[in-house]
Amino acid sequence: MKMMSGAAMVVQTLNDLGVKHVFGYPGGAVLDIYDALFAQDEVKHVLVRHEQAAAHMADGYARATGITGTVLVTSGPGATNTLTGIATAYMDSIPMVVLSGQVPSQHIGEDAFQETDMVGCSRPIVKHSFLVKRAVDIPKAIAQAYYIANSGRPGPVVVDLPKDIVNVADSHPYEFPTDVTMRSYNPVTKGHSKQIRKAINAIMEAKRPVLYVGGGAIAAQAEGEVTELAEKLGCPVTCTLMGLGAFSGVHEQFVGMLGMHGTLEANKTMHNSDCIIALGARFDDRVTNNVEKFCPNANIIHVDIDPASISKTVNAHIPVVGSVDVVVKQFLEELTNEDLSKQVEKQADWWEQINSWRAQQCLSFNQESQVIKPQKVIESLYKHTNGDAYVSSDVGQHQMFAALYYPFAKPRRWINSGGLGTMGFGLPAAMGVQFAHPDATSVVVTGDGSIQMNIQELSTCLQYNLPIKIISLNNRALGMVRQWQDMIYKGRHSHSYMDSMPDFVKLAEAYGHVGIKVDSLDELDDAMARCFAEKDRLVFMDIAVDQNEHVYPMQIKYGAMDDMRLSKTERT
Amino acid sequence: MKRIISVLMENAPGALSRIVGVFSQRGFNIDSLNVSNTDDPSLSRLTIATIADDKVNEQIIKQMNKLIDVLKVTDLTESAHVERELMLVKVVANNEATRSEIIRNVDIFRAKVLDVDATNYTLELTGAKEKLDAFIATLSHNATIIESARTGICGLARGERALTP
Ligand SMILES: Cc1ncc(C[n+]2csc(CCOP(=O)(O)OP(=O)(O)O)c2C)c(N)n1
Ligand SMILES: [Mg+2]
Repeated sequence: MKMMSGAAMVVQTLNDLGVKHVFGYPGGAVLDIYDALFAQDEVKHVLVRHEQAAAHMADGYARATGITGTVLVTSGPGATNTLTGIATAYMDSIPMVVLSGQVPSQHIGEDAFQETDMVGCSRPIVKHSFLVKRAVDIPKAIAQAYYIANSGRPGPVVVDLPKDIVNVADSHPYEFPTDVTMRSYNPVTKGHSKQIRKAINAIMEAKRPVLYVGGGAIAAQAEGEVTELAEKLGCPVTCTLMGLGAFSGVHEQFVGMLGMHGTLEANKTMHNSDCIIALGARFDDRVTNNVEKFCPNANIIHVDIDPASISKTVNAHIPVVGSVDVVVKQFLEELTNEDLSKQVEKQADWWEQINSWRAQQCLSFNQESQVIKPQKVIESLYKHTNGDAYVSSDVGQHQMFAALYYPFAKPRRWINSGGLGTMGFGLPAAMGVQFAHPDATSVVVTGDGSIQMNIQELSTCLQYNLPIKIISLNNRALGMVRQWQDMIYKGRHSHSYMDSMPDFVKLAEAYGHVGIKVDSLDELDDAMARCFAEKDRLVFMDIAVDQNEHVYPMQIKYGAMDDMRLSKTERT
Repeated sequence: MKRIISVLMENAPGALSRIVGVFSQRGFNIDSLNVSNTDDPSLSRLTIATIADDKVNEQIIKQMNKLIDVLKVTDLTESAHVERELMLVKVVANNEATRSEIIRNVDIFRAKVLDVDATNYTLELTGAKEKLDAFIATLSHNATIIESARTGICGLARGERALTP
């Protein structure tokens, strides 16, 4: 058996697990692990500028690939700085492992220098956590952490490593664990056959079915199955903010995103449906609006890998616990005995209705406005990237514009913090994407507020030559906050202005990148072209957009799914 | 509605705090919590008494089942079960009259005198929660209660049903 230090075991285990990238930042408690990293070059370490960004990078990396992202930080402030990133991953079920240093075992509980109870601090926002007590337990704890993070409903896992057990001067036998299964953890993947049958019966009886597809379909790599099911049934499909790309945004059966800022046709389709087939979606409040008024005539089939997500907010008539890919395969299998052409024919009236909603063109906007409309920027971005970029987003109006105006034909292209809504997520997430796919186009759609929450990572981008394209919709405001203040607080813009905006072009240049400022519509197309012509450089596009634009459609609070404002003056 | 939820989980550090976290995080309440390792020292058995409607109860059980350390969860109140709680009470017993009154109550409730001192008695009583409540109520009429400690409800299903790994 190989003998090595605890620190070397950490790195060896990562290597044996096939981990290629670790996003981290050193400090006292992890110096031994950093020393072990120095001794090899299989596991690449990316030095960030803030630990929160390390977590978002690992997260973006995981979202773009499905591969668990890895974070390494020191104890105390290093560990606590990752908490927002961990919570972001937790809310969106993203597989991530956070290795945090801890003070030496004998000092735990003494309020030692840089001691925080990381297992305790992170407890409500992790899928699981380990405090490793002995060096010989390191390989198994880390291997189990990866297994837990990326099985069942994925999520972040913390592994807390006291400094004494990773001491480079010690030597322990290393054995890579071959069995990481646990008697207490057996995630279900296959749906119960009785429930599958019930679901098929309900689907075959439906006259107005709809597929409501969420992030679970992406986590399960179920895009193929979902598309096959949709095409067999010939029914409309809507995706959640987290599910965009699980079904192609340019497919004729796609009616757009649903929910608070969903399209009119998506929300109308849901509200008027008699059979909702929810695939890896969780009926959260940003989708349902008032649950009391939610889709009153629908038979609800809810497929989810997490039983706790089923009937949590909206009662499911036919719950099916299982992984979306496996369950949809079971559906397809069961459907081979059914007369599908009849089902498709039955929906003629349904489609007529849907097309009448579509005809209202809820996403139209003033294309000619010289004051640039944010929607126009996203359309231009779509054109210049052939709709095939990885688009990471921050949080705010720009996020909703990107989600609505950049149709994603493939899964894992739309990278955003849907559940937690973390400003500052976009840039580091796009960096994680770029590390995962060095040759792909990695774009960030951001705002003047959000970009400043992790702007220090421009320095990391220079260090690693990340040619990210930052599309900043600069409305000189915390736009989404301002929109709510316009609508609900009679335009009292309490602290949603930022009168001290930096010169973003100079800022980008100061960090060694290219900055481009765009002020009017005639410059937009050219500037975009210049931006994407810079293949090897990071470009920061500071685009002045209309400060007074609102995101529409928008659900009206306390209403049903389809009670919506369509513009500043129109309602459904 | 009163529920008694029984949980079988790994006897691992941090496991209990995760269980408690499910309740505090999601706004569920705990009336009593009893925990100890089982005949198999690698396992812990918890009994949690709570008040919850069907929907909340379903969430409590699902959320606890989701915890990695948890092997099994069951709602004992759904079917026939036995439940017991143990209580220790210290009362002032500094004159003959109160002493005999206390002993009379001890006899009626089939409690036990565990410890005797010049000025106080420590009593032990096992039973269903309601019996313990009644004992306290009765005792407090005739004696001064100094302190009391209760284990919280502990229960098992009747018959063959069992929570096993
Ligand atoms: C860390 C964090 N703090 C606060 C918020 C609340 N919030 C949501 S959107 C928003 C404004 C975002 O401004 P900006 O990035 O400029 O985007 P815009 O809406 O203007 O497009 C704020 C403050 C949040 N989501 N995240
Ligand atoms: Mg803004």
